[in-house]
Amino acid sequence: SMPPRPPPSRARNSRGINRRRRPRRRPDFPTPRGMARNKEGLVLLLDVGPSMHRALQEVKNVCTTLLRKKLVFHRSDEVGVVLFGTKETHNDLARELGGYKHVLVKHDIKVVDEETKNALENLPRGTAPGDFLDAIVVGLDMLIKRFGDTKAKQRLCLITDAQHLLRDPPQGTKEDQVDTIADQMKKHDIKMDCIVFRESGVQHNSVMDENDRLLYHFRDRSVAKVVQVDTPTALLGALKTRNVLPVTIFRGDLEVSSTFKIKVWAYKKTSEEKFPTLKKYSDKAPPSDQFASHEVKVDYEYKSILEPDTVVPPDQRIKGYLYGPQVVPISSAEWEAVKFKPEKGVKLLGFADRSSIPRSYFMKDVNSFVPEPGNTKAIVAVSALARAMQEMNKVAILRCVWRQNQANVAFGVLTPNISSVNNVPDSFYFNILPFAEDIRDFPFRSFSSLPPSSQPTEEQQEAADNLVKMLDLAPPGREEILRPDFTPNPMLERFYSYLDLKSKQPDANPPPLDSCLRRITEPDPDVINYRAPLIQNLGKSFELKENPKVKY
Amino acid sequence: MDLDPEGIFRDDSDEDDDNLHEREANKEMVVYLIDASPRMFTPANAPDEKQETHFHTIVNCITQSLKMQIIGRSRDEVAICFFNTKEKKNLQELAGVYVYNVTEREQLDRPDARLIKEFSCVEDSFMNNIGSRYGITSGSRENTLYNALWVAQALLRKGSVKTVSKRILIFTNEDDPFGGITGAAKTDMIRTTIQRAKDAQDLGLSIELLPLSRPDEDFNMSLFYADLIGLEGDEVVQYVPSAGEKLEDMTDQLRKRMMKKRKVKTLSFAITNDVCIEVNTYALIRPTAPGTITWLDSISNLPLKTERSFICNDTGALLQAPQERFQLYNDKVVKFSVRELSDVKRVSSHHLRLLGFKPLDCLKDYHNLSPSTFIYPSDEQIFGSTRVFVALHSSMLRLGRFALAFYGTPTRPRLVALVAQEEVISSSGQDEPPGMHMIYLPYSDDVRYPEEVHLTSGDAPRATDEQIKKASNLLRRIDLKHFSVSHFANPGLQKHYGILEALALGEDEMPDIKDETLPDEEGLARPGVVKAIEEFKAAVFGENYDQEEAEAAAAKGGASKKRKAIADAASQKSAAYDWADLADNGKIRKLLLDKLVFCWSPTLQPML
Repeated sequence: SMPPRPPPSRARNSRGINRRRRPRRRPDFPTPRGMARNKEGLVLLLDVGPSMHRALQEVKNVCTTLLRKKLVFHRSDEVGVVLFGTKETHNDLARELGGYKHVLVKHDIKVVDEETKNALENLPRGTAPGDFLDAIVVGLDMLIKRFGDTKAKQRLCLITDAQHLLRDPPQGTKEDQVDTIADQMKKHDIKMDCIVFRESGVQHNSVMDENDRLLYHFRDRSVAKVVQVDTPTALLGALKTRNVLPVTIFRGDLEVSSTFKIKVWAYKKTSEEKFPTLKKYSDKAPPSDQFASHEVKVDYEYKSILEPDTVVPPDQRIKGYLYGPQVVPISSAEWEAVKFKPEKGVKLLGFADRSSIPRSYFMKDVNSFVPEPGNTKAIVAVSALARAMQEMNKVAILRCVWRQNQANVAFGVLTPNISSVNNVPDSFYFNILPFAEDIRDFPFRSFSSLPPSSQPTEEQQEAADNLVKMLDLAPPGREEILRPDFTPNPMLERFYSYLDLKSKQPDANPPPLDSCLRRITEPDPDVINYRAPLIQNLGKSFELKENPKVKY
Repeated sequence: MDLDPEGIFRDDSDEDDDNLHEREANKEMVVYLIDASPRMFTPANAPDEKQETHFHTIVNCITQSLKMQIIGRSRDEVAICFFNTKEKKNLQELAGVYVYNVTEREQLDRPDARLIKEFSCVEDSFMNNIGSRYGITSGSRENTLYNALWVAQALLRKGSVKTVSKRILIFTNEDDPFGGITGAAKTDMIRTTIQRAKDAQDLGLSIELLPLSRPDEDFNMSLFYADLIGLEGDEVVQYVPSAGEKLEDMTDQLRKRMMKKRKVKTLSFAITNDVCIEVNTYALIRPTAPGTITWLDSISNLPLKTERSFICNDTGALLQAPQERFQLYNDKVVKFSVRELSDVKRVSSHHLRLLGFKPLDCLKDYHNLSPSTFIYPSDEQIFGSTRVFVALHSSMLRLGRFALAFYGTPTRPRLVALVAQEEVISSSGQDEPPGMHMIYLPYSDDVRYPEEVHLTSGDAPRATDEQIKKASNLLRRIDLKHFSVSHFANPGLQKHYGILEALALGEDEMPDIKDETLPDEEGLARPGVVKAIEEFKAAVFGENYDQEEAEAAAAKGGASKKRKAIADAASQKSAAYDWADLADNGKIRKLLLDKLVFCWSPTLQPML
């Protein structure tokens, strides 16, 4: 039977989302403190159709981690949950206009709480092939109704295998539909993350090609980001579970010389998401006190050595700087007068061969240099330099003082980042390099001069060669396995699930690492079994013995 | 003295972060034994170069090393001792041995500002105050080398070898110290000297030799010193004396050897379930931070004692150090014991677990978080480890792959890339050691996408081939030849310690530190470079860019006019420079060694 479709005169996109309704002021709408610019409204669009059943546990896990982090860091964010590919249909558009079958609004957009998490428990195994365009329209409609023209950041997050044929639109092509939806998204400043999950081995067909093309069309319209993953572990890492507002660390000139400067902005490209800093707990408040903070204040007092009972007030304290065994007292004012004061600015020292910078010299997390947004001349200048560097295998050496009053200079290397996406400008990566003081040249014995007992035989070398060839994490024809960009931090995943567990069972022990996360900490047992003869061969080739004289 | 002795200010996540901040766990005591015989004072290099002596080279090296030490490892103690001297100065009253020191300092003590300053110009007064002579001569019963070892051993008597590493470093260019005598006297002296060294080694002191070769003859280890320091078989061959065409290279080699190789940790590296080998980790690159500060009483200048107390925020009660932590979750207080927190962080039982291999181009420039750690195999606990490591290392190099592994530290478990490093040897010795670099990879949680924050509507502008060509020309013009990272001193740190040194010595003048990280303005003003810049600029910004800018700036007050005048002046000044003359006088060569050099003009290139 034909799926019911909207009347041709009123195409679904125009019907569904063009209607500009003022957001209803709901009485329960909290006006959260500090809601302002960092608040996010998010709708999860989850494909639960038959071909997704194997991945539902991971879909649930990654969304749950996202919710848990919101419950810690972004308490006022609002989340809705939409399932598609379900047997049932339940959404405003279906009710009001007809069509939009097999799209189920599991949870309306609300401030995150226990209920939001519950909405992800026991995801139903859907029976219908999912139509992600329908789901996107439903999600978009929800966001527009809920937030209208308010300032909240709005996002859709789609997880699907995009394997099934989408319904034909009543008029125009599917591309036209995507354009209409993208226009609406732009108008309301709504962004979308699309995660396409297809396990390796799934045969590609023309339907998938079409679906991918449609999703990438969203990307080309600058409203969506699309990532493709093929393992459950990568699915866990494919969704950014904690939102960080991108903040520039520098805006200004990249000074090639005093007469030629390119306007750039610098951001963090990598930055470690740390284990959260937990507060110290005080149990002194009476149990009846519901508003007890349980916090602990730490106080420091500075006391004279000669009179241990006398507290020395702050204005009688002075900093002593250590120089070998000596302590040199210097007041803040004196130090301010003589200290190193580099001038703010990013200056080019010159270009060098890429091979002159060992990869192991990169010192810290990485920055991104992007051309000033909207500045076509800067975008072209960066593009030309980056592409010339790429062609000639060169890097640029820079000296950076991000802010006035910075106590030191950052010395580092700029490498090209040639964009593979049409609407993303070319840019640079910037890595900090060590100074002479930071390098220790310890000598180590040459392998060639080791005694024969430490040199591998031909047979042993062959066993090692085979191991390196066979334990291949980037096999041809599929996505790279355990790519850092799609590999979540197992320790953090485990902590947030423990936190959730403890909020219900205060005495619980840490849960074991689930199997998807164990793929990160130990080799895949499937691969190990498959390669068993080879691996045993390595063990047989080499003889390892504990030194009886050394105690562990 | 340390403001934060128990690490109370440290964030939880910094606990046991041995990778980033090496602890000064093993203190070191060193005696530098410097041969001061007349042979050390004869010119040591080829006649056409500036005449320098081995003695001078050594004084330079030790001065540099002391300066590094006062910054990085100021708790280590050091004594400086000359042998084959005219004067004697040592507690044992032994002839030909002079323990060098400055006031207010023990003979073996932490280096201070005065020691560094005075020692750096010890040569000026050496002949007058200490004097040089041949110590071991025929007809005399005196054995200055024996005496020197005896004095050094006595200096190192303090502190237990269990907690302190003790070393004697001998600097000499004499490979046959007993060559001048013959017969039974010679055999006897050699025997007692070697016995002396062996006794010291039995006490846990290590004796190392930093031999210097003369241009015309190699230092022959097997004549005497191999026996003295106890080298066997192929170890003798390994021991390449510091030689080389250039004294600069020799300084480099000595500096490397003077540093004690400190391992950070021993790890087990599980390659498969059955093959688990042993490796040591070393921190070859770590940021050097300006040293700690301590609070003083500004009246007495005496250090203050810091006392910490915990106060309950709800009741104001004074608490013992709280044992529990909490996190607000869904507006609920969720409590954790310290034990539970450490348990949840432990996600792997292995130290280092191999996951597989990837081609090197999977390791992107942005896959980085912190300085890398170096790995070298060890057979100390598990025999056969080195052999497995060497085989793997060679396969990875040949097949162009790195290993992906999981490094399960108890507090900061991470994915790491193990990148095989091939040994690189140059005239200044080993430039890169053989082994693997462990590079700490980000997780998906740590990667951001700032490039995608500002998407262009429609296709982003890209450079044309012509613009790229102009950029390539610019790259060729502003080329840093022989760029080496290790040539740039940290200007902030140098200034910091320069100020402290001046104040510690009571000097009034604040030091002027040369900032090597500044671009070479003169070089950038060279006509060829200026032309390349202007051409590229016109290609990407348009011909009228300056005019447009000038008009915009004129509206703001003619600032750009002034800038242009300065630029013009700079280019005139550099045009007046006689580069060919500089090259003739060898000044360019000096520049090259010091830092970096642009290849300014094609005519200059062949001269470099």
